[in-house]
Amino acid sequence: MALTPGAAAIAGIGHTEFSKNSGRSELQLASEAVRAAIADAGLTPADVDGVVTMTVDVNDELALMRSVGIEEISWASRTPFGGGGSCALLQNAAAAVTSGAANAVVIYRAFNERSATRFGQPNGGGQRQGPPPGWSWYLPFGLDTPAKIYSLWYQRYMDAYGLTNEDFGRYTVVARKNAATNPNAWFYKRPITLEDHQNSRWIVEPILRLLDCCQESDGGVALVVTTAERAKDLKQPLVTLEAATQGHNRASADVMFNYYDKDLSRFSAAEYAARQLYGATGLTPADIDAAMIYENFSPVVFLQLEAFGFCGAGEAAGFIKDGHIEIGSTIPVNPHGGLLGEAYIHGVNNVIEGVRQLRGTAANQVSGASRVLAAAGHSALILGNGN
Amino acid sequence: MPRVIPPVPVRDDEFFWTGVAEHKLLARSCAACGLLQHPPTPMCPACGGLEWNAKELSGAGFVYSWIVSRHPTQPDAEPRIVAVIALDEGIRMVANLSGVDVKDVRNNMRVAVHFEDFDGVTLPQFRPAAPEGEH
Repeated sequence: MALTPGAAAIAGIGHTEFSKNSGRSELQLASEAVRAAIADAGLTPADVDGVVTMTVDVNDELALMRSVGIEEISWASRTPFGGGGSCALLQNAAAAVTSGAANAVVIYRAFNERSATRFGQPNGGGQRQGPPPGWSWYLPFGLDTPAKIYSLWYQRYMDAYGLTNEDFGRYTVVARKNAATNPNAWFYKRPITLEDHQNSRWIVEPILRLLDCCQESDGGVALVVTTAERAKDLKQPLVTLEAATQGHNRASADVMFNYYDKDLSRFSAAEYAARQLYGATGLTPADIDAAMIYENFSPVVFLQLEAFGFCGAGEAAGFIKDGHIEIGSTIPVNPHGGLLGEAYIHGVNNVIEGVRQLRGTAANQVSGASRVLAAAGHSALILGNGN
Repeated sequence: MPRVIPPVPVRDDEFFWTGVAEHKLLARSCAACGLLQHPPTPMCPACGGLEWNAKELSGAGFVYSWIVSRHPTQPDAEPRIVAVIALDEGIRMVANLSGVDVKDVRNNMRVAVHFEDFDGVTLPQFRPAAPEGEH
C-alpha cells in the first residue's frame, strides 16, 4: 500500500556550503543543516519529534539532538543502501508523520566525504581492513572502487545500444551548464564543453572519464517533513509528497554489484520504483516538469531516464543529444547541476532542489514547475505544490 | 603480478574458496530441488531448503560484460580485465580474463576456467575457449 498522495509535506530545507574541505566536524555540518531546515520551516528544535538518516551516516541521533537542542523524539529510523536510498528518507519521514507516530521529522545527511573518508578511492581510502562480507566475490579480482564496480554493469548497457563515452559526456555538459549558474554549486561559473569532457582522463577506459564521475564533497543537508495539513500553516509555500517508494528486487541481488539481473541493459529495480510511483499517483512521465536524477556516474542517468519512462529502452543517448533534458525542454534534468555539478551530498541535495523548484526559488527555475520527480534508482519520489 | 586482496571466506561461502584452492569451480546446489545459486545463500529461495551440495561446474561460459581494472592513483603493474562470466549452468560469476589481449575481448565470447596463483592467493581465471565445433 502506498502513502496517501499529498498527505505529507516538506516544510523546511537547509544546507551548509558545499566544499572540498569543510574544516569542521561532520556533527557540526549536520547540526548546521538541521538548524537551518528547522528555521526555514518556521519551527524551533523543540517542535521536532522524529529524526531520519541513512545507515551509513556517522552522526548519532542523540548526539545531534544534544547539539541542536531537540528535546524528545518518538521516531528514529535509518534507510539502507546509501545514496540509492536518498528518496527513502522521505518515505520514512512521511510514514512517521502520516501515521501519527511523529509530528515533525527532520532528515539529515552530513559528511566530509572529500576531506575525510573518500568512497571513490581504492578500499574506501584505506579505511577498510580487508573485504567486508560479500565483497570476497569482487575485491580479489580488482573491483576496489565504485567507478570500476559500476562500470562492469554500464559496459553491458553501452554494448547493447552501441553507446560511446562521448554519449555520456553530453549529460555532463548539461549538468555543468546548470551548475555554472547555480551559486550553491561547487562548479559555479565553470561550464565545460564536450571537448573538455573528452580530454579528461580515463578512470575506467572506455566507459568512464573523470568528468563522468560525481564529485566528492563535504557538506550537510536537511529537510523537515510534517503533514500537509500542518505545513499549510507554516512559513513556506506548500510542497507535498505525492509519492515516495523504495525499489529493491531480488533480481538485482546487490545494490553496487548489480551483475546478476536478467538483463543488465536495463535497471529493473528503478523500473519497479517507477511503477510504484506512477501507480500510486496516476501520473505519467508527461506530467513531470523536472527530474532530479541521482548520478554517482553519468551512465545511470541514461538508465533512469529509460526506467522512469521519459524515453524508451536504449533511447537515452539520442534523447539527451536532441536537447530534451535541458531547462525549457521536455524534461529538465538536474537544473542545479546534480551530483556532478553541484555537490555529492549522497543525493539528498537533489531532493532539496526539487523543493526549491516547487517553491519557485531555484537558481535555475523551471517555469511553472508543479510536479518534480526525484529518482535515486533504488528509491524515488514525486513532489507537488498543489498547482 | 597484480596486487591481490585475498578473499575472506565466511560460513556460507568457504566451500567455494576451498574448491578454488583445489582448482575446482563449485556452486551451491539445493539438495532438494537442485537450484544453483551464486553468490550462495544459506537457504534455497525456490524451496526453502537448507541442505545443499557443492556442485562442480563445467567452467565453460561466455563473457557477459567486462572492464579493464585500472585506477589512476593505484595502478596495477599489469591492468587486469574483470568480467562477469555467464556460465553454461545458468549462473553468473565475477572473475578475471587472462591470456587475452584487451583489444580482442568481446561480450558473448566463449571462455573456459583455469586457476592461477597470485602470491599465495588462488583465483579462478577465464581465457578464450575454442568456438563450439572447433578443437
